[in-house]
Amino acid sequence: MAVVFWVVASLAMGSALLCITRKSPVASALWLVNTLFQLAAMYVMLDAHFIAAVQVLVYAGAIMVLFLFVIMLLNLGRGGPSDIKGPWGKVIAGVGGLVLVGELIVLRRVTPPWSLQLPPGTVARAVAERGAVRVVAEPLFQGYLVPFEITSVLLLATIVGAVVLAKRRL
Amino acid sequence: MLLGPSLAVSAILFSIGVIGVLLRRNAIVIFMCIELMLNAVNLTFVALSQQIGLDGQVFVFFVMTVAAAESAVGLAIIIALYRHRDTVNLQSINLLRG
Repeated sequence: MAVVFWVVASLAMGSALLCITRKSPVASALWLVNTLFQLAAMYVMLDAHFIAAVQVLVYAGAIMVLFLFVIMLLNLGRGGPSDIKGPWGKVIAGVGGLVLVGELIVLRRVTPPWSLQLPPGTVARAVAERGAVRVVAEPLFQGYLVPFEITSVLLLATIVGAVVLAKRRL
Repeated sequence: MLLGPSLAVSAILFSIGVIGVLLRRNAIVIFMCIELMLNAVNLTFVALSQQIGLDGQVFVFFVMTVAAAESAVGLAIIIALYRHRDTVNLQSINLLRG
C-alpha cells in the first residue's frame, strides 16, 4: 500500500510541477487534470471512495472542462511569448515555496489531542459496514443541513454573477 | 498509516500552487494554480478525516462547491478582461498598479 501511495504521490507532484512550468495553457490544464486524477487515487487509499468519484466527476470533469473551454474560447492555445517571470521572479517564487514547504512540514508534527482521535480503522470499518455513500450522506443531510442549503444560495449567486460578468454589454 | 505521508504530499502540492501563482503571468494559469491549492487542502481534510471523523469528508464537498463557484465567476471575469484588453497577461493589466 505504501509503495502504491508513493508512486501515485510522486506522479501527482510531478504533474503539478509540469503544470506550473509548461508554456502553453492547454498543456498546463492537461497536467493539472492528471494531478487531480492522482489525488482521486489517493482519496481511495484514504477510505474516501465517494469523494474520489466526485473528484473525478466534478473537478477533472466539470471544472477543468470549463478551464479548457475558456482557453479555447479566447484562443490562447498556442504558446506565444513565455509568461514565466524573469530570474528574480523565479528566485522569489522558489524561495517562497521552499519556506512554505518548511513551515507546513513543521506544522505537520502537531498531533490532535487523544480525546479527539478515533481508534485506527474506524473510517474503513464504517465504509465497509454502511457503504461509501451513506457515511458521507448522513452527516451532510443531518448535522450540516443548513450549510448545505446555504450552498444552493451560493450557486444561484454564482450563476447570476457569471452571466452578468460574461455578458457583452452590462 | 498514510496520514503523515498524505499531509506531507498535501504541503508540497500547496507550495507548488503558491510557486505557480508567484511564477506565472497568465491569468488562467494562475487560476489553475489556485485550484491546485484548493485540492491540496482537500487532501488534508480527507487524510485527517481518518483520524478525527467523517466530518472532514463533508467539508471537502463544501470546498468543491466553493471551488466550482469561484472558477465560474473567475473565468467570467477573465473573459470580461480579455474583451477590454485583448490579453490575459497580468503584466499589461496595470490599471490599479501604482
